Amino acid sequence: MTIYTDKIKEIAKRVLAEGKVDMVIGFRKGTMPMMNQPLYATSAESADELIWDSSCGINLANYVTDKKGSIGIVAKGCDSRNIVTHVIENKIKRDQLYIIGVPCTGMIDHHKINAMFDGEILNVEESGDTLTISGSGFSEKVIKTDVLRQNCAVCTHRNPVIYDELAGELVAEQKNVDPYASVKTVEAMSADEKWNYFEDLLSSCIRCYACRNACPLCYCPTCFVDESRPQWVGKSQDPTDVRTFHLLRAYHCAGRCTDCGACERVCPMGIKVREFTKKLNKDCLELYGWEAGLSLDDRPPLDTFKTDDPQNFIK
Amino acid sequence: MKNMLEHTGIEPGRLHFSWISSAESTKFVDVVKKITEEVKALDPHKKFVKTEPKVD
Repeated sequence: MTIYTDKIKEIAKRVLAEGKVDMVIGFRKGTMPMMNQPLYATSAESADELIWDSSCGINLANYVTDKKGSIGIVAKGCDSRNIVTHVIENKIKRDQLYIIGVPCTGMIDHHKINAMFDGEILNVEESGDTLTISGSGFSEKVIKTDVLRQNCAVCTHRNPVIYDELAGELVAEQKNVDPYASVKTVEAMSADEKWNYFEDLLSSCIRCYACRNACPLCYCPTCFVDESRPQWVGKSQDPTDVRTFHLLRAYHCAGRCTDCGACERVCPMGIKVREFTKKLNKDCLELYGWEAGLSLDDRPPLDTFKTDDPQNFIK
Repeated sequence: MKNMLEHTGIEPGRLHFSWISSAESTKFVDVVKKITEEVKALDPHKKFVKTEPKVD
């Protein structure tokens, strides 16, 4: 995907020079391998720092919330769906945005790659479908499709859903993938097995709230976890408090989550936090035929009422 | 809500939803009776209960 870099720079410089936008939000190389950082480019010089590769896993829609002025934003498939969600939720106006669409072939999972090597990884070079991973005393080539993030491996919306300009040719969408395979595995368990599965999953959570901070949907001025009057959820490491946080976080994303995987990417403990939101995504699809962020014209299922809404949970 | 809680391991039958008008006293009694029976059959709740502070 590195071929997009030049085109992104070219578009960014052009729209900045034409005065169409005040800044372009994109990625620059991070100080650590596989950790690209968001960049607000306001001039041609800073636009030169823009890059694109398979480590742009953060969701940039997170950075347009409530912004003033006109903004250029580099958006892959999931980012564009979150931009749609932002527009629907009045967090930004469509005409404030100049969207540079990037057809995506998936982002790499740094948790997975770090676990593959004993020593510290000092450099990751990408060329075509191959990554060369090197550190002190080792240098190895891996195929990108083997180290994709789980949500990218099962992604069915790789192309941006809205854009003003594309940085490359649209890519073929993946067919024959089951986005909900992991949910189905859990659904097949008994109640106790399910309970223990999630107990294990969350046992290493340190309540750092990185999953919340990285999530483009979490834009409340004061998050429920930070409220102290009333205190909605206990702040301790008690498994009950930890689980309450994760359940509530997931519910706040119900019908809005695009499965961009930002939460899972930023988790310092490598917890599969998407296991919660995925279940809600699956329910939304099955109950309401809804996938978030695909159209500016449809209202989300949880803010509309239809007479044929499923009601069999009411006795 | 119910789907998700049951997905994470709360037993089916512990959580109930109903819509009862203030004029439907008999429905209210029926529903409460039914729920009490179903929940009693599940034994006391052990999950999602804080016992003592966890100290590492």
